[in-house]
Amino acid sequence: MKMLINVPESVVADALRGLAAAHPELTVDVANRIVVRRDAPVAGKVALVSGGGSGHEPLHAGFVGPGMLSAACPGEVFTSPVPDQMVRAAAAVDSGAGVLFVVKNYTGDVLNFQLAAELAEDEGVQVARVLVDDDVAVAGGPHTAGRRGTGATLFVEKLAGAAADEGAPLERVEAVARRVNAASRSFGVALSACATPAKGGPTFDLPPGELELGVGIHGEPGRERRPMMTAREIADTAVDAVLDDLGPSGPVLLLVNGMGGTPLLELYGFGAEVHRALAERGVPVARTLVGNYVTSLDMAGASVTLCRADEELLRLWDAPVQTPALRWGR
Amino acid sequence: MAAADAAVDREADRLTELDAAIGDADHGVNMRRGFTAVVSAQEVEPQATPGAVLVAAGRRLISTVGGASGPLYGTLLRGAGKALGDAAEVTPEDLGRALRAGVEAVARLGGAAAGDKTMLDALEPGARALERGGGFGEAARAAREGAVATVPMLARKGRASYLGERSVGHEDPGAASSALLFAALAEAAA
Repeated sequence: MKMLINVPESVVADALRGLAAAHPELTVDVANRIVVRRDAPVAGKVALVSGGGSGHEPLHAGFVGPGMLSAACPGEVFTSPVPDQMVRAAAAVDSGAGVLFVVKNYTGDVLNFQLAAELAEDEGVQVARVLVDDDVAVAGGPHTAGRRGTGATLFVEKLAGAAADEGAPLERVEAVARRVNAASRSFGVALSACATPAKGGPTFDLPPGELELGVGIHGEPGRERRPMMTAREIADTAVDAVLDDLGPSGPVLLLVNGMGGTPLLELYGFGAEVHRALAERGVPVARTLVGNYVTSLDMAGASVTLCRADEELLRLWDAPVQTPALRWGR
Repeated sequence: MAAADAAVDREADRLTELDAAIGDADHGVNMRRGFTAVVSAQEVEPQATPGAVLVAAGRRLISTVGGASGPLYGTLLRGAGKALGDAAEVTPEDLGRALRAGVEAVARLGGAAAGDKTMLDALEPGARALERGGGFGEAARAAREGAVATVPMLARKGRASYLGERSVGHEDPGAASSALLFAALAEAAA
């Protein structure tokens, strides 16, 4: 497997050096692995800190900036960051108004952010946490680690970030984040396995004629393997899976997300089929975002995330945002 | 700790392979990074008692490993180290009792129990064998058997739980690394 890297051990640090070079509006602490918006802490504003394993770019460092995250903590590839990073990030962005940790529901992220919240509070930083768990491919309940956090992370970070920008207090920003997560569901499909730098090859075998339904974003196999389908069939499958769980829905925010290895030509075509499938099921789409936002290295495939939108969430979605990967309205 | 580091280093690829089957293919790399950091910290700042060595090693794992392994193994070693207190000498039975305390802390943190197809399935029998006076060799055997027993289990915790039935038939990587640490303990004591 050929990769555009030096050695597996330095991929995260190398990427952070590149991020710093490309985005002087961010403060990138390569040694401590923290990406912070340069003007932080912003007086009176609640700060949002997110983080997780690397390999999901532009999530999360690509979402740092006005209108979204105050700081991000990238971990090793597919490995949650450590509490030290989160505590440092919280201290760097806290203006006294408190910090919201946005945590995707994976055991490592949950445990490390939990330890970090305790340590940050010992240092006098007020911390709230929201757990993102939107993936309908995983059953909730006691027999799994609970639903994975996937595409809805972008909605939570954008909408709660906008609320924080409007000057909302910590409990209000946290409430928006929880509401967005509760209103969001996702379903992902893989056409190929991804290759991690550490392993140097694909994390599972997926023959050319088959696809995996219900995949997450860590190169783990999905819940079911089927013969390859058309974009139309995949869109119907994904939309049905999401709507079965989300329930009857009015207007939605739609994210058609690439897993990293699928070209935009295919993603837009798939997005058209998702629009058709939603229209056939009577679900109006209020806003659409198509692109590679919550990725899984070089995995081919896509996920569909819907968030039930009301007027407040639409206003927060349309609010200006200025980050490396999401930018509008200014 | 040096034996643990050497064992993890030797077996890193196998742990990663096991993890690739039902997880995300990084367990070996992460464990290697953590134990390398533990050993270098020990060289720079040697701890006086076995308890202090374990507490420092646990803290080091939490701040270098990440993922679920960092907090869980960190909690295991910190919990065991605290249970040993500042005793200058410990018997295998003392260490067994201390590890049991660490294992209980891991179970609380992860909300898991034996039978969920996790590291606990190797840690618990290993610690219990030590506690009962079986010695390090017996503990290593018990932990290894515990790890092998995870093969037919259905994962209920961690990333493997997302696979449901598809997790059956694979050895749990966390149980495998736990068994490896007991083997390293036996090797170091021999």
